[in-house]
Amino acid sequence: MRIGVVTFPGSLDDRDAARAVRIAGGEPVALWHGDDDIKNVDAVILPGGFSYGDYLRCGAIARFSPVMTAIIEKAHEGMPVLGICNGFQILCESHLLPGALIRNDHQHFICRDQTLRIEDVSSAWTSSYTLGQEIVVPLKNGEGGFVADDATLDQLEGDGRVIARYVGMNPNGSRRDIAGIRNERGNVVGLMPHPEHAVEALTGPTTDGLGFFASVLTSLAGSR
Amino acid sequence: MARVVVDVMLKPEILDPQGRAVQGALGRLGLTGVANVRQGKQFVIDLDGTLDADRSATLERLAAELLSNPVIEDYRLTVVEG
Repeated sequence: MRIGVVTFPGSLDDRDAARAVRIAGGEPVALWHGDDDIKNVDAVILPGGFSYGDYLRCGAIARFSPVMTAIIEKAHEGMPVLGICNGFQILCESHLLPGALIRNDHQHFICRDQTLRIEDVSSAWTSSYTLGQEIVVPLKNGEGGFVADDATLDQLEGDGRVIARYVGMNPNGSRRDIAGIRNERGNVVGLMPHPEHAVEALTGPTTDGLGFFASVLTSLAGSR
Repeated sequence: MARVVVDVMLKPEILDPQGRAVQGALGRLGLTGVANVRQGKQFVIDLDGTLDADRSATLERLAAELLSNPVIEDYRLTVVEG
């Protein structure tokens, strides 16, 4: 399975995302923000970092980059897309996911190992977890507060589209402790914490993050 | 030459941690009675020629699509010089 990982100017976690794909058994394919071509990949990861220096708003410029045109089109057709951290911000700016990410309520950048509870296992990126499973992965953000109006939040919860919630402390003021959500179809997932940093015992707090990458390989294999 | 100014503010119901930090600093630096501070952005856009209806409509669209995020922000577009 060919999983594209986009590099924007200012991306930081593209290499870790590619490595996570490889460790999970997939073939990472480097995609470039300025290209129209997404090289026939089966899925795409938008990695963390500070695309375009977070100018204007986080993810606002990246959303209009040439590569995103193709990715948005394919996402509407059902191609799995995972946005991590800055990638989540890009997905919200692209309107592939509802809501927005704003500056942490406590005004500080936060970097810690974070416990999450997986609350939806129907998406392309979470199917290898068990419902209610608690995982620990790194979290590092300055603008990770997920916000949406109450009607949108009610709908996300009612439809089971909250894929992960913060357990213990809420690290950034996200409404209703939301760490990640999916679109209606389940192919597009946005997540603020970083599963790609938790795929090897040597460098991560756990290997709990592998499930996201294993999930998409399984769901792609199932759809063939 | 035409000049258009677009002001972008977080919607009133959205928490503004930056504004709150500035509010704290204003108080520490001697300003009493600071009830609230909201921080926004201003775009000053200079255009060659005059602002015709076409470009006006494009600007209005881009103020909503690019310069602001309607989920969390409101914008106000002001033509300073047509």
